[in-house]
Amino acid sequence: MTARILDIPVWEVVKKIANQEISSEDYISETLERIQKIDPKINAYITVIKEASLDKALELDKQIRQGKTVGRLAGLPIAIKDSICVKNIKNTCGSRMLENFVAPYNATVADKIIREDGIIIGKTNLDEFAMGTSTEHSYFGATRNPWDSSKVPGGSSGGSAASIASFEAALALGSDTGGSIRSPASFCSVVGLKPTYGAVSRYGLVSYSNSLEQIGPIARDVRSTAILMDCINGHDIRDSTSKNTVPQRFADIFKNTVKNLKIGVPNEFFGEGVQKEVHKSIWNVIHKIEKLGFHYEKTTLPLVKYALPAYYIIAMSEASSNLARYDGLRYGFNVLKNNLNWNTTFSKNRRNGFGDEVRQRIMLGTYTLSAGYFDQYYLKAQKIRTLIKQDFDRAFKKFDILVVPSMPILPFALGEKLNDPLSLYMCDINTVPANLAGIPSISIPCGLSSGLPIGVQIMAPPFREDLLFKAGYLFEENVTIDKSVGEFTNV
Amino acid sequence: MSSESKKIKIGLEVHCQLTSLKTKLFCNSPSDYREKPPNTNICPVCIGTPGSLPVLNRNALNYATMVASSLNFEIMSHMIFFRKNYFYPDMSKNFQITQYDRAGGVPFAINGYILLNDGRKIRLGRMQLEEDPAKISYDGTIESSSETYVDYNRAGIALIEIVTEPDLESPSDAREFLNKLSSILEHLNVLDLGLEGSVRCDANISHRGGKRVEIKNISSFKEVERALNFEMTRQKSLASKGISVSQETRHWDDVRRITISLRLKEEEQDYRYFPETDLVPVTLSETFIEKINHDMPELPKEREIRFQQEYNHSSEIARVLVKDKYLADYSEKAAKESIAPREVGILLAVNLPPFLNEIGKDLKSLDVAPEHFAELADMISKGEVSRRSAKTIFLEMLKTGQKPRNIFDKKGLDVISDSKSIEDIVTKIFKDNPEAVKDAAKDTKAINFLLGKIMQETQGRVDPSIATKLVKQKLSVQ
Repeated sequence: MTARILDIPVWEVVKKIANQEISSEDYISETLERIQKIDPKINAYITVIKEASLDKALELDKQIRQGKTVGRLAGLPIAIKDSICVKNIKNTCGSRMLENFVAPYNATVADKIIREDGIIIGKTNLDEFAMGTSTEHSYFGATRNPWDSSKVPGGSSGGSAASIASFEAALALGSDTGGSIRSPASFCSVVGLKPTYGAVSRYGLVSYSNSLEQIGPIARDVRSTAILMDCINGHDIRDSTSKNTVPQRFADIFKNTVKNLKIGVPNEFFGEGVQKEVHKSIWNVIHKIEKLGFHYEKTTLPLVKYALPAYYIIAMSEASSNLARYDGLRYGFNVLKNNLNWNTTFSKNRRNGFGDEVRQRIMLGTYTLSAGYFDQYYLKAQKIRTLIKQDFDRAFKKFDILVVPSMPILPFALGEKLNDPLSLYMCDINTVPANLAGIPSISIPCGLSSGLPIGVQIMAPPFREDLLFKAGYLFEENVTIDKSVGEFTNV
Repeated sequence: MSSESKKIKIGLEVHCQLTSLKTKLFCNSPSDYREKPPNTNICPVCIGTPGSLPVLNRNALNYATMVASSLNFEIMSHMIFFRKNYFYPDMSKNFQITQYDRAGGVPFAINGYILLNDGRKIRLGRMQLEEDPAKISYDGTIESSSETYVDYNRAGIALIEIVTEPDLESPSDAREFLNKLSSILEHLNVLDLGLEGSVRCDANISHRGGKRVEIKNISSFKEVERALNFEMTRQKSLASKGISVSQETRHWDDVRRITISLRLKEEEQDYRYFPETDLVPVTLSETFIEKINHDMPELPKEREIRFQQEYNHSSEIARVLVKDKYLADYSEKAAKESIAPREVGILLAVNLPPFLNEIGKDLKSLDVAPEHFAELADMISKGEVSRRSAKTIFLEMLKTGQKPRNIFDKKGLDVISDSKSIEDIVTKIFKDNPEAVKDAAKDTKAINFLLGKIMQETQGRVDPSIATKLVKQKLSVQ
């Protein structure tokens, strides 16, 4: 068996494993070899789970041979962002603070993957506590873009997206607070879905900004993304914000091609910060779709121009509180010096356990929640959030989906923006509106410019992930991307 | 109310654990944390493990609604939780999930009240639901200890906080208020006041419009009156020396029974309250509140009225009996067993308290069954024992736990009812006290002396009316 099996679309692989055309053992072995070979150059993983993955693969193959029914993810190697807990595996959040923290339980999504016989092959790199857009802010070093290892992979789920783009995993989970799935999906030319707020349980996801974030799937194509989403969505009594509805099923929606789609293209997402190459690529795909008979209309969401400041105020405010628990007393980084009072111990642990970006966001968030500033920052940001939601509600009365660029710019060089946090924050300008509004949004590869990926973002009304998958599939079918130009993007 | 005490203003902040809940407020760890080895009654949620999320205990909502309703609160239909952010080892997340009345928050309920016996209304500004912090302990005192020990067994226990307006005018008002509150909470069966640390109280007190002093860490309702008395005396004594009281927080040291200055209150700590969005807002519908009210157990006020009707207790006796749920339940058991429930009430509400005070125990710790009280009440009502003998039996019963009838038989305390025996005794007394007989013949008031002697001689076993009649007869023939 050659490495070529890694090139087969994952939605086909899962069938082939189930009907014994491919063994899970081979597929897992190939993946582990691939990781061993190229991950030193990519740094997608913080932890790789070798023996247990192979054992599980052998066991599944045996069950399949014996004719037993196996789960919907049977035999697939799945990478999980290192801020989502997997029992007995380190959950570092890319931070020195949790360098040695072993999760005592499974996140609900991990439980669901295990129940469907998916094989958790490792934990992926991220910006510390998911705060970043480039996966450079990790205590465990930056992840590199598989298309061009001098470039960033996007972030914060850069490890997950890079593992998919470089064939180091079949499927991956990321989390998206302000674009952390869609940004790396776009930069790495893979598919990444940020589900509707409340569609997927957050239990076991280490909170950065809990009112904004969702766990979501990343894969090399839309149908494979749908398979993972199929398995992880649904109500969870352990997460009060997960919506109490029947889980959505997406596996069969690709049988019928989509006929009618009312497409809106909002101006605000094509502002001056959007590079002309990105502009061109997005319009290119919109026009292709138009030629197939799908009409689009330009539209406007006026309040979206306030999304970025509102997002950062809410995210940092919540972060300052969510990250307060890391004091080294119960778990995590501890200076372990005697004769210090708890106050000094807490300060030392937090000063040394957190990186600069995390400390900066905690301080800013503490400021925006402080008496006297709360009204002008936090409350005002929440009002804007409500207005942005209403903007989207209005737009979705007219359109089924909205189509915009995922990232305003092409993948940039490592270190390029490290000393310019504002320009780094600006990268989130097109992704944060969906988090503020709680709506689902997907990034689909839509082209390359000088060998660097560009992604198109599609947004839909709450709990209409089906529309995203259908539209995404349509876009995907009409775009060809030459994977051979990438450094680590072909097997 | 004396004019002196009117110059005192007292407000209380009461924290009560809902100890009857099976689990903590936001996770499945048991509520029953007491006596367990430190840090064994915990789970990822209550120790704030990364990735864990709180889920509201629905029963806590029912209990809180019962409490709010019975304290005449207006329950807010929209319930949301807030985070109170502060760094301290007793909070596993370094924030407490609580409720808030500003910044877009609403408490669980507002504008409640409790009526004191004299009809004064003690306003309850707000009530909220929140999680209990962990318990911190030291080797010896805070100052001398080299270590700080944190036990998270208690972290996350459901607490209700009730805040009064400064309507209490004396430490004894505070006691009366807390007695009423306790009895209501006990009747609701939402907590066991007997459990150590199940109720805690902070008090603020100001004297003659002076600065407000807050007393923290009063660990039981009983201590509140003591702490307030100490603080009242301290403030008065400062005032008499012309020293003004500073606005500060003081700590109640229940060993030395004094308050100690903790910190001068110059600035208020900024807790950066903001919504806890891991918990979704809950709507408490009118139907829900109506259902809770419909299923509400009998409250002290209703029970007091029923006691008067059902057991013929006086209003005063009924009020004393319902002050404490254990006493009320006990008296009801005894009353049901007795043909003279009114007598039962007198024994329990009038005769028992001085005895308990004297020995420093409570009814629970006595080994006396309610049936014993019923039996004694019956003996009194049937005239089998005189009041005086009844008292002897009563004390003996409380001390030894023996049945009244056994004591009665053993001590030969039956009433001397045949006139021949009584006549013999009267004759003896007349013979022993010739001077008194002379006095009595002149002045009827002096008869009492002779009667006293007779009672003494018979240990009160003579019916006083028969004795009086015989004494008068004998005097008239002399």
